[in-house]
Amino acid sequence: MRPRVQLLSPELIGRILREAFALLMNPGVRVGSAVVELLRSAGVEVGVADNDGVARIPESLVRRCLASTPRDFCLYNRQGEKAVHYGGDDVHFDPGSCCVQMLDPETLEARQSETRDLVRIVQVTETLPQFAAQSTAVVCSDAPTAIGDLYRLFIVLQHSDKPVVTGSFSAAGLQGMIDLLAADSGSPDKLRQQPRAVFDVCPSPPLNWSEFGSHNLLDLARAGVPAQIVSMPLAGGTAPVTLAGSVTQHAAETLAGITLHQLAGPGSPIVWGGAPAIFDMRTGGAPMGAVETAMLNLACAEVGKHLGLPTHGYLVATDSKFVDAQAGAESARSAMLGALAGINMISGAGMLESLACFSVEKLVIDAESIASAQRLTRGIEARGETLATAMFAQTGLSGEFLKLKETRALFRQEQYLPSPVIDRGGDRSARGSEPPADVFTRARTRVDELVSKYRKPSLPEDVLRKFQAIVNREADRAGVAAGLPKN
Amino acid sequence: MSDQLFGAMLQSIVDGAPEKAAELAQQALANGIDPLEAVNRGFAVGIAFAGDQFGCGEMFLPDLLASAEAMKAAIKILEPEMLKRGSRREALGKVVLGTARGDIHDIGKNLVATILSASGFQIFDLGTSVTPEQFVAKAKEVDADIVGVSALLTTTMAGQKAVIEALDRSGLRPRVKAIIGGAAVTSKWAAEIRADGFSRNAIDALELAKNLMGKGTASV
Repeated sequence: MRPRVQLLSPELIGRILREAFALLMNPGVRVGSAVVELLRSAGVEVGVADNDGVARIPESLVRRCLASTPRDFCLYNRQGEKAVHYGGDDVHFDPGSCCVQMLDPETLEARQSETRDLVRIVQVTETLPQFAAQSTAVVCSDAPTAIGDLYRLFIVLQHSDKPVVTGSFSAAGLQGMIDLLAADSGSPDKLRQQPRAVFDVCPSPPLNWSEFGSHNLLDLARAGVPAQIVSMPLAGGTAPVTLAGSVTQHAAETLAGITLHQLAGPGSPIVWGGAPAIFDMRTGGAPMGAVETAMLNLACAEVGKHLGLPTHGYLVATDSKFVDAQAGAESARSAMLGALAGINMISGAGMLESLACFSVEKLVIDAESIASAQRLTRGIEARGETLATAMFAQTGLSGEFLKLKETRALFRQEQYLPSPVIDRGGDRSARGSEPPADVFTRARTRVDELVSKYRKPSLPEDVLRKFQAIVNREADRAGVAAGLPKN
Repeated sequence: MSDQLFGAMLQSIVDGAPEKAAELAQQALANGIDPLEAVNRGFAVGIAFAGDQFGCGEMFLPDLLASAEAMKAAIKILEPEMLKRGSRREALGKVVLGTARGDIHDIGKNLVATILSASGFQIFDLGTSVTPEQFVAKAKEVDADIVGVSALLTTTMAGQKAVIEALDRSGLRPRVKAIIGGAAVTSKWAAEIRADGFSRNAIDALELAKNLMGKGTASV
């Protein structure tokens, strides 16, 4: 039996969807001009005000679009193998994105993130089996801002074979990123058949698909590259204060996004994702480590699962500014909850300070929490003919279980064996004169070890040339010098 | 009698009760109390108290917004009489606000506008996704003291820098002060782009604005 957590009753899910559909008609959804014609040709009434019309989307149209939405799809690694399965209760993790700051492990201060930081995050993520996918985790402040989104993907693709969770910063920036992925896959068709990446696309709460978000949905649908809707209601701030109310708003925003997307490209893959959070009534911030934030993520995913769609959530992050006990507690707790909820892709590992700062040391600690969560979801299995009697038949009362062949054969399946990041080592005097190290120190050592273990993939010269040509072209288009940092 | 009334005014603001505040404002006018005095000894004391309570974690953002709404309701009643008497409440300063270009997230900016306005600043809110040129033009037009630029997204923070550069180019700075805020904004970023100040929340923004106007309780 696989253990699971559920927060919503079937009745409550029904109410949430009923009200979400009602919201799509009244007050309706603000949409960008890019999708107005598309909606009108589908018979949707769109008002025109301030360049952004309010669309009233009927349930029948949304249902039709839901029917054309794939129930599942895969992301592929560079070798062409299925590496992430979006669908069912499969659970995968990727590092959070996108920070502008990096925690310096020497000074414990946050500084602007740079190319070298992104490379280090990618290297560590590449070596850790807990992460099924990479993410374009940080903005590289040493690269031109105008092509910052493209540049992140350019770096990740050069240093990783894994699938990538990414996103663009503007409507115009997306095409360059799709071109980069097509160059990596071999052709736009190959990219469509075996997508390597999924793009986060965000509505703006409440109920607003901005010009940029609308545009991205359309372009992704037409290119057949997977989109991941990341709706982020802040309960009490930009959404109803009740968790159920915010889940309803999330559902309405996501249903609207799916409708725009499927109208543009029926059958194109899209994920019911999100980064919902509560609104902190003291600071006005979005506490990513709060248990209610985790509850929102789980509940939103439950609604998506009810509709039979692939799901995503934002967990394993913390509000702490350091890699401390709070960071560990908040991140591990939500990793467990997300895994128990069967969310297909869980983003957020490595992130501090409510998503403002990344720590690669936290990433390796989070990997241990994730491994524990993955172990938990495998549950307790009855292995062999008997549970215990056959083993007792061999040992009697001697207690010599260590000698049993069953012990040797099964302990790796029964127990997750943590890396040295987790302290399992005897008493504090066991290391002789060397004082025991705390988790941050152990994590720093682990990061160094993983980086030295990492091997950069060797990409064909012609692919690298294509990458460079796309980056140069986009830099020209954006009017910035293509003098990029060396990576 | 007046003291009791001033106390009730204070309380109506702290309670965030607009109807009560309006009723007390009416009562003050009926009793011939100078409206400016009603503000200064009653309602404004309430808003300052609410700010302090928020600062020490006893009141929360929804409470604070309700207090600001109550303040607005009271001022609305008192303002015509103040105008008549020529005793218009002197604005603490003129503040132009908006979110940075490309950023449509305005919840933080709106909080700042509400709190500053309730506390006696005159607010010119340019809304969302405001260009540097629009900030400069408005600041010139209204002879602003402070320009505040909000950015939630890490990707739109560059817009704050652009506004400060535009204010520099226009010659408005250093007379006009530029302040920034937003989830990802740090003191380091503020220093890097040479902002005149930054704040983490609306109450800090009020303190910051008062300090910049030389009317604060603490030094910048």
